[in-house]
Amino acid sequence: MTTAFIGQPVSRVDGRQKVTGAARYAAEFDLPRQAHGAIVRSTVANGRIASIDSAAAERGPGVVAVLTHRNAPRLPYSPHKGAVDPQVGERLHVLQDDRVSHQGQPIALVIADTVEQARHAAALVRVTYTPESWTTDITRVAPVQPTQQKTDQGEVRPPATRRGDPEGALASAEVKVEQTYIHPRENHNPIEMHATIAAWDGDRLTLWDKTQWVHNTAEEIAAVFGIPAQNVRVISPFVGGAFGSSLRTWPHVTLAALGARAAGRPVKVMLSRREMYYGVGYRPHTVQQVALGASRDGRLAAIMHDGYQETSTYEEFSEALLNASRFLYSCPNVDTRHRLARMNVHTPTYMRAPGEASGVFALESAMDELAVALNMDPVELRLLNEPERDEFKKLPFSSRSTRACYRAAAERFGWSRRSAQPRSMRDGRLLIGWGMATATYPMNFAPASAMARLLPDGTAEVTSAASDMGPGTWTSMTQVAAEALGLPIERVKFVLGDTRLPNAPVHGGSLTMASVGSAVQAACRKAREDALARGGANDLLEAVRRIGQPVEASVDTNPGDESQRFSMHAFGAVFVEVAVDPDLGETRVRSMVGAYGAGRIVNPKLTRSQCIGGMIGGIGMALMEHAVLDARNGRVPNANLAEYPVPVHADTPPVMEAIFVEEHDLHVNPLGVKGVGEIAMVGVAPAITNAIFHATGKRIRELPATPDKLL
Amino acid sequence: MHPFTLERPRDLPAALAFGAQAGRNDAPAEYIAGGTDMVQLLQEYVRRPDRLISLAGLLDNRVEIGPQGLRLGAAATMADVAAHPRIIEQFPVISEALLNSASPQVRNQATMGGNLLQRTRCPYFRDVGYAACNKRAPGSGCAAVGGENRWHAVLGTSEHCIAANPSDLAVALVALGASVEVRRAGGDRTVPLAEFHRLPGDAPHLETVLEPGEVITAITVPASPMARRSHYLKVRDRASFEFAVVSAAVALDMDGGTIRQARVALGGVGTKPWRVPRVEAALAGGGLDPAALRRAAALAADGAQGRGHNDFKIELMQRAIVRAVEIAGARA
Ligand SMILES: Cc1cc2nc3c(=O)[nH]c(=O)nc-3n(C[C@H](O)[C@H](O)[C@H](O)COP(=O)(O)OP(=O)(O)OC[C@H]3O[C@@H](n4cnc5c(N)ncnc54)[C@H](O)[C@@H]3O)c2cc1C
Ligand code: SF4
Repeated sequence: MTTAFIGQPVSRVDGRQKVTGAARYAAEFDLPRQAHGAIVRSTVANGRIASIDSAAAERGPGVVAVLTHRNAPRLPYSPHKGAVDPQVGERLHVLQDDRVSHQGQPIALVIADTVEQARHAAALVRVTYTPESWTTDITRVAPVQPTQQKTDQGEVRPPATRRGDPEGALASAEVKVEQTYIHPRENHNPIEMHATIAAWDGDRLTLWDKTQWVHNTAEEIAAVFGIPAQNVRVISPFVGGAFGSSLRTWPHVTLAALGARAAGRPVKVMLSRREMYYGVGYRPHTVQQVALGASRDGRLAAIMHDGYQETSTYEEFSEALLNASRFLYSCPNVDTRHRLARMNVHTPTYMRAPGEASGVFALESAMDELAVALNMDPVELRLLNEPERDEFKKLPFSSRSTRACYRAAAERFGWSRRSAQPRSMRDGRLLIGWGMATATYPMNFAPASAMARLLPDGTAEVTSAASDMGPGTWTSMTQVAAEALGLPIERVKFVLGDTRLPNAPVHGGSLTMASVGSAVQAACRKAREDALARGGANDLLEAVRRIGQPVEASVDTNPGDESQRFSMHAFGAVFVEVAVDPDLGETRVRSMVGAYGAGRIVNPKLTRSQCIGGMIGGIGMALMEHAVLDARNGRVPNANLAEYPVPVHADTPPVMEAIFVEEHDLHVNPLGVKGVGEIAMVGVAPAITNAIFHATGKRIRELPATPDKLL
Repeated sequence: MHPFTLERPRDLPAALAFGAQAGRNDAPAEYIAGGTDMVQLLQEYVRRPDRLISLAGLLDNRVEIGPQGLRLGAAATMADVAAHPRIIEQFPVISEALLNSASPQVRNQATMGGNLLQRTRCPYFRDVGYAACNKRAPGSGCAAVGGENRWHAVLGTSEHCIAANPSDLAVALVALGASVEVRRAGGDRTVPLAEFHRLPGDAPHLETVLEPGEVITAITVPASPMARRSHYLKVRDRASFEFAVVSAAVALDMDGGTIRQARVALGGVGTKPWRVPRVEAALAGGGLDPAALRRAAALAADGAQGRGHNDFKIELMQRAIVRAVEIAGARA
């Protein structure tokens, strides 16, 4: 019997539950006596509530209560900032005063016996406002310097960095590219819309919630209500997709708890698809200027990258927009500046590959423009500017497989057959284009805990309060645990998604495998060793039988000083073929090959599907996704899934491949993994727009590349 | 949803007696067929009828093809019509328009009558968070003029409304000269589809010529050899499951390489399914050479007015016509 499960293409252990509907999501934990909450949302961008008339709503059938700022209890909102919250500013308080700072802000909660009654009564609430002047047109906002803040890894995130003499080097560069790149607002749009069920028992609260971080939800709600965090239990076994939308604890979670307290019975709040565009965050609109200077032979002399993005009036959300530009290529003169456009909108948040996806779009588009200006192959240009070390942090890379990725992906793709000239490849009427881009995403590693429990019957239960929004945490942790315990996979049960379990870090930033995986591995190894020692046997089954009672081991793992010694990132390369109809402007992706150096791959089957998902997300970003912000008033007119298109099956190319280049990184973490959730989204959009340029000779600098831009 | 009473009449006369009217936001009673559009409108409070009259089981769902032409029962589903072998053979533009509409699930549920009466996708019409929409609330203004209007029409618009008619099927049908059979308590009448929808003018809340208590019972398409050589071309941001950015329906009567007669209609650009007779006339007698096609297609832009974000549609619709004629012309 082999128990070497790491690296095996194990099928999802929760697959059967998911396809049979047995897996329960937040909204499906209905409780006896449960009532339903519906949120009334503002329809102005800034101002004060002049009046709220809830009389008709209160008379509605089944209505239990209508909460507004007038009658809702004042909540302590004690200070709390999780790693997922903007570090500057104060979260949105709900129903605490008459202020409205954006469209779609919750201004009342209607509680009724059924969801239909609650929603209907919510529509009967009449609100008038005293509007105040507002800012919802990003083209008219003067961006400001962000307040200096720390990243979720505790490092200071510099709003501006500088090395060498970028202006001078740019001025004297033989070849230059200077352009502005625009990325519109995008919404996560997971298939499962957010939902929370809240139930109080005295001063103890239980929340069934869609969340990527149960412990943070508990801490945040405890802070909002001024109760100890141990009094809040959060349960979230399954998350139907999130892409970052359930990292933070959004106002509807507070509203569910508030409603349950007011009603004296459990309350469920579910967001509609339209509410998803107002009630949870989004990837912000960004405007980026990139200037590259190079010598005739293609060596980078200067990189200047200045970007700003929208944020709300009450919080400074900023993402790692400029990180890659600081270290991806070797360049002595680099200037990056990050700014914020404060507007009357709700706070944006992290969305798959936050910062990198949009920042690398700008950088990798500019690199392609430079290759064109130099008349050089884009892969060759990148190889020529490969750094030996991270020139920003001045540290060696723990590992960097860019060269291997370019080689592997180019070979599989057939890049050598590319004819360099734009508009030189055709298929009938269609123009064919080949493009590529580099991808990178940091390796994140956070403290995590896990517990392993071996039972006398030779089975084991392994727990950690991690989350699985879809990538396969249930499965990969079971693999790691079974291998470390030396047990067949069927004998190991991994449990996640409950604050009663050992602490796990946020399920985001591609750090779950590294962090929780390392803790699970350590806990299982320890349990096995303890059992063997206590049972006095060489065989585990024999040992646990002899002990006759459970053997438990709990372990906390912490990152060491690796991040002081190494620059740690995953790297990759994406190659794309597009076909553009030159008359009708339609672009369809025909094939895509990504190669990734992402450390050890625990489950190639899951990892492949994660990468394919990221690539499809990139197609959406490149070709269609755009949450339109009505500059006149801050509403999102296309807040639905018909006018906000996301890729469907017909948009996914017949050829999609993810290659994992062999990479043994001993520095990153005990498992040697880097995570792939985010990097799979990075580089896809610029590879597509670079391919569009190759096909048509037209450069798309403002996403998405819809037909109107290609006529 | 606004509370409503669901009436399930036993027969069609009983249904007509309720005086329901489609396509008017102030009508107190409205029909529901497949419900694929109606339920969205109810959920979002765009429609708040007090009564919903179910047409389930009351209308003909047959597809008949005879020497006179094609007859589609109002209750026939989009899926059944699209998959009908003789429609694929004799009226490909209809099958193609349907297969390029919505998704298989929606097509299994949605009916012919409902398709012609589906409401505009204008996002301001569908978001009651916007107060201004003349179609939804007469006299309230139009949020689309001066707003985000990439989705909107360039033909047949007025200052009061620039909403595009969303139906793909209607574009194919109007090209083929289809008619709508309407029944009311007093009897039947037949309305040419080209006259069925109204231009917005200063009353965009009146969308069709239907009177209270009238239902669509069938759609008829006259027999024509042209229909065999027809094509539906749809341009959109994603490859499937999206309403048209621009579309073109074309049917041709060819004499060797010469176009004897042409029928052309446009979607995504008109406030109603938009037939372009001047383009048809210019195509007639000409060949399929690209320059001639472009000259003819340019006549579609007559009277077109962009509002900023949708300016590109004026050019794109001409290109769509050219392409659709080329494809139809190449058909045997
Ligand atoms: C996700 C989605 C995508 C879509 N994409 C497309 C697309 O790409 N292209 C496209 O053309 N359409 C598209 N549609 C629209 C779809 O075609 C219509 O919703 C459908 O055809 C309506 O038919 P129904 O039977 O469901 O009508 P219902 O929703 O039941 O009714 C619609 C309207 O018609 C009235 N009505 C229905 N039947 C009659 C009758 N016999 N007499 C009088 N009044 C009647 C009703 O009162 C109501 O006002 C899409 C719809 C959805 C939900
Ligand atoms: S275009 Fe017509 S439907 Fe749209 S907002 Fe204006 S009036 Fe309403």
